[in-house]
Amino acid sequence: MPEGLHPVWIIVRREVRDQFRDWRIIFPIIGLTLLFPFLMNFTAQQILGFARGYGADIVGERLVPFLMMIVGFFPLSASLVIALDTFVGEKERGSIEPLLNTPLKDWQLYTGKLLAAIVPSLTASFLGMAVYLGGLGLQRVPLPELELTLLILVLTMVQAVVMVSGAVVVSSQATSVRAANLLSSFIIIPIALLIQGESVLMFWGTYTTLWWAVFGLLVLAVLLVRVGLAHFRREELLGREIDVLNFRWGWRIFWRQFTGGAANLREWYFKAVPSAVARIKPAVILTSLFALVSIGLGATQFQRFQLDIPTADLGGSLGQVVQLLPTLSARPILLIWLQNLRVQAIGLILGVFSFGILGFVPILAGMGISGYLVALLANNGIPALTAITAFLLPHSIFEIPGLILASAAVFQFGVLIATNDTDKTIGEVAISALADWAKIMLGLVMPLLLIGAAIEAWVTPQIALLLLS
Amino acid sequence: MIVSEGLTKKFDEFMAVDDIHLDVPTGQVLTLLGPNGAGKTTTVRMLTSVLRPTSGTARVAGYDVIREPERVRASVGVLTENHGLYRRMNALEYLDFFGSLYGMPTAERRKRSELLLEQFGLTDAGSRRLGEYSKGMRQKLALVRAMIHNPPVLLLDEPTSAMDPESSRMVRDAILSLRSDDRTIIVCTHNLAEAEVLADQIAIIRRGRIISYGGLAEIKRRFLGDPQFEIRFAAPLSGLPDPGDAVRVSALGPDWLRYSTADPNRQNPVVLRRLMEQGLAVVSLQESGQSLESAYLEAVNQVPEGVNHA
Repeated sequence: MPEGLHPVWIIVRREVRDQFRDWRIIFPIIGLTLLFPFLMNFTAQQILGFARGYGADIVGERLVPFLMMIVGFFPLSASLVIALDTFVGEKERGSIEPLLNTPLKDWQLYTGKLLAAIVPSLTASFLGMAVYLGGLGLQRVPLPELELTLLILVLTMVQAVVMVSGAVVVSSQATSVRAANLLSSFIIIPIALLIQGESVLMFWGTYTTLWWAVFGLLVLAVLLVRVGLAHFRREELLGREIDVLNFRWGWRIFWRQFTGGAANLREWYFKAVPSAVARIKPAVILTSLFALVSIGLGATQFQRFQLDIPTADLGGSLGQVVQLLPTLSARPILLIWLQNLRVQAIGLILGVFSFGILGFVPILAGMGISGYLVALLANNGIPALTAITAFLLPHSIFEIPGLILASAAVFQFGVLIATNDTDKTIGEVAISALADWAKIMLGLVMPLLLIGAAIEAWVTPQIALLLLS
Repeated sequence: MIVSEGLTKKFDEFMAVDDIHLDVPTGQVLTLLGPNGAGKTTTVRMLTSVLRPTSGTARVAGYDVIREPERVRASVGVLTENHGLYRRMNALEYLDFFGSLYGMPTAERRKRSELLLEQFGLTDAGSRRLGEYSKGMRQKLALVRAMIHNPPVLLLDEPTSAMDPESSRMVRDAILSLRSDDRTIIVCTHNLAEAEVLADQIAIIRRGRIISYGGLAEIKRRFLGDPQFEIRFAAPLSGLPDPGDAVRVSALGPDWLRYSTADPNRQNPVVLRRLMEQGLAVVSLQESGQSLESAYLEAVNQVPEGVNHA
């Protein structure tokens, strides 16, 4: 064993041994591993018989792998409890400090605790599934096909890692076991929703989508482990005692980051905002690349989702649109602007809960739809260049940079959360990243989208009318 | 062995430890004295590289606490304030676990565990679950854990709290014997009598700052003035005895005399000779009225905030 991993093994061994001495862990695991699968065997047999009675064999057969997933998932609930307790529980019992005083490196301690929470429960989970499959074989119930069995095993494993790594992050950041248990709903609810989604996909038999779910969970698991390692601090573990939200402290950090030390508005606009943009430069480049790829992908979809556009009286239709958007009326501008801001707010919410990744959704969707529409119009006889110039170019000159900046700022939030920062707590990092996002939104994105909305309402329809009537 | 310069720790706006300078050579015991919340534990945590100083530096066993945290921790044995043991393990398993984290070979772990358990009277309880241990036994085991890897530096936070007098004595003797083994020890304690027995140096800490730092005699002199001595006579005094001009008489009783002197080694024999020349039968001569407790209370109440006596 590599020298660096030896301490990890020591931690895992002790923790696992300790778990197997606790009857409160042993009894449920034995029950869920050796008794529950037989109950599920019985259930499977009954459902198969019932479904056959109505000639709905396929419903019964699809239920067999679903029950296997349930058998595998139940023992994992123990891993959640263990993981939630792993750091904060030891802190409460006072046994964490002697451990922190040893020469263990942070990653060794963290990885040891993580593995100790995953391995026993996952072993129980696999054992339970094996008992379930064995029971099915004995009852001569057709076993799920090999790909699906493999898929369920991999899904269970990845779900275990996601749950446990999320719970360990909670445990290492929470101030008490009670707080960790309360926060665990942020893990349980998404996982429950995920299992419901997986069940639906399993009934549909869309295994490719399930493999994508595995991939997505794998990315999430890696990010959660990364976040946990990046923000694991001995100091924080010992120092934090208070559970109360400190709004004043939060506001102070936000304001400091938001103003960037600027003394006046001019300084803020010409120094603080550009420095925030400079910090997200790699994210801007990445977002721009994704936007380009998305346009290309959207353009390829027009054959899949074909629509006939009546181009004969396009001029007349555009004329009606122009009448709806009277020049120099502020109302359409506000409507377009607020809609775009709403989309960015949704992007932020998605990004916050996905380490920035889902923050790309608004721009990818927007660009993909634009690519699709241009390709569709081209297919209906309007040259692509004309379509772009008529419908997109005038306002997109302002809108697209705004959207790219907004998406990049959300992605940067995720990047910062997953990055090691020795000087800040995870809360400080999150507040600072939000302040940067707000700064970029207020300083650049909102003005750009407002100008874009004005052009979209007043100028674009006129150009479209001019070019296409 | 332990040197710190300007060691400071700030939690947000709260200054927990402010500009601590320490210099504890090998073989010495430094006692950190101070009220609850004075910054003793924070200082110890910085010296074990568990807390990162806001500013300042420290070297422990030759290693920098900021740049070489793992080496510092490998060289230090720490008895923490909350010694929280793993209740489902027995003592031998517990010590084996910590010994292995310090990279000790199996045979050495076993040998040292048995030796230390014997030294602290825990041999018979070696295979009992730690959940069954009494408070004092747990404290002793925590101390054994701190010493399992035979570290050159020991940082002990309240080592005898919760112990009965016999166990306290055992631990105090152990600490004294460890000092003679060329170790450097820092003891945080509220027990002033214990500090008086153990300390080579004393640092009185209040609100994160060291308000007094030095040897026991030096600290007593600083806050209580010159040492005081009391002479008892075999018979009641008939007049005012004359101990000489080099000492200052502070009190006189029917059969006793109290005086203070800055140089007791030279003056005490002179005083005794003079009194006996006056025909007085001296029964005893002893230092009086200058306990560490008096000096400590004087220091804590007397020194204004922000003053650093080093």
